[in-house]
Amino acid sequence: MTVRLAVVFLVALLGACATPPQGSVVLLPDPAGKPAQVTVTQGTQQLVLDQPYAGARLSGDGPKAYASSAQEVQAQFGAALAARPLPPAQFTLYFVEGKDEFTAESKRIIDDVFGEIARRPVPDVQVIGHTDTVGSDAVNDPLSRQRAEVVRSALVARGMSAERIVATGRGKRELAVPTADGVAEPRNRRVEILVR
Amino acid sequence: MNTLSRRLRRGLPLALLMACVAATAADDVGQIKVAKGQVLVDRNGQSFPAQVGMALTAADTLKTGADGTVGITMRDNSLLSAGPNSVLTLDRFEFDPTTHQGRFESGLQRGTLAVVSGRIAKQSPQAMTVRTPSAVLAVRGTDFVVSVP
Repeated sequence: MTVRLAVVFLVALLGACATPPQGSVVLLPDPAGKPAQVTVTQGTQQLVLDQPYAGARLSGDGPKAYASSAQEVQAQFGAALAARPLPPAQFTLYFVEGKDEFTAESKRIIDDVFGEIARRPVPDVQVIGHTDTVGSDAVNDPLSRQRAEVVRSALVARGMSAERIVATGRGKRELAVPTADGVAEPRNRRVEILVR
Repeated sequence: MNTLSRRLRRGLPLALLMACVAATAADDVGQIKVAKGQVLVDRNGQSFPAQVGMALTAADTLKTGADGTVGITMRDNSLLSAGPNSVLTLDRFEFDPTTHQGRFESGLQRGTLAVVSGRIAKQSPQAMTVRTPSAVLAVRGTDFVVSVP
C-alpha cells in the first residue's frame, strides 16, 4: 500500500516536472476585423489560434489550447499593450495621369499630414508611390518612386526633417481600385503617406 | 561650363550628405516610439539606455527593468511592445518596400510582448515569426500577445 502510494506520488511529481509552465500566447481580435491566425509550434506539436482570445499554454508536452478573455489579457499584458506605438496614420494624394503633379484637392491634404506629424512625439514618414496598370513594372516602378519623391520634396520644403522621410514605390502591385492590366484609373495613381 | 562645375561643386557635399542620411534611414529596421522606466538596448556587446526616437538595427536586444516598458514601430509597420522585466531580441529583418517580400524574426526570452504584424506577414504568411525559448509562433496576422516566465 505504502509502495503503491509512493509510486502514484512519483508519477504525479514527474508529470509536474514534465510540464512546467513555459509561457502563453493569446490571439487578440483583429483591429480591422479581418481573419487573423498564429500557429504555435513546440517540437512536433502544433496549435493554430484563429479566434479572438484563443490561447495556447506552452509546455514540455506542446501547446495546450485554452480560452482567454479581454480581462485576463489586460491583467497580464496591460503594461505591454499600453506601450504599443500609435498605429501609422494614412493619407492619400492623387496625381494627374502619367505625371508627377498633384491634383488640386490633394494639395490640401498635405496640411492634415502636418497636423498628424505635430501630434506624434517622434514622427517618421513613409511616402509610398503607386501607379495604375498602364505600362510594365519597368515603367511603373520608377514612376511610382518618382511620385513618392515629389511628395517627399514637398514635405521637406514645408519644414519636415529630411532624414525622417523615406520615399519608396510599389509600382502597380497595390491597386486601390482593382482593374485589368493596361487600364488608366485615376484612383490608382496615388501616393500614400504614412505618418508613424 | 564654368558655372555648371561651380554648381556641381557646391551641390556635391549636400548630395553626399543626403545620400548618407537616406542610407541610414533605409538601414534602420525600426524605431523606438515609446519608452518608460528602465529600458536598455544591447548592440554589439554594448548597452545603451533606450531613448524615444532611437533607431534600431537587426540584432539589437531590448531589455526592460521592473518599471520599464518599450514600444517599437518596424519599417514594415509591425508594432512590438514589451512589458516590464522583458528581453526582446530582433534577430533578422529583411524588407523590400517595393514587393513587400521579406522576413522578420524576433524572440521573447522573458517577460510579456504585444505584437501587431505588418506588411511582411501580410505579403507572405509565415514570413514573420516570434520565438520563445520553447516555441515558434508563425504569424499570419495580426494582433496577439506572448508571455515567457
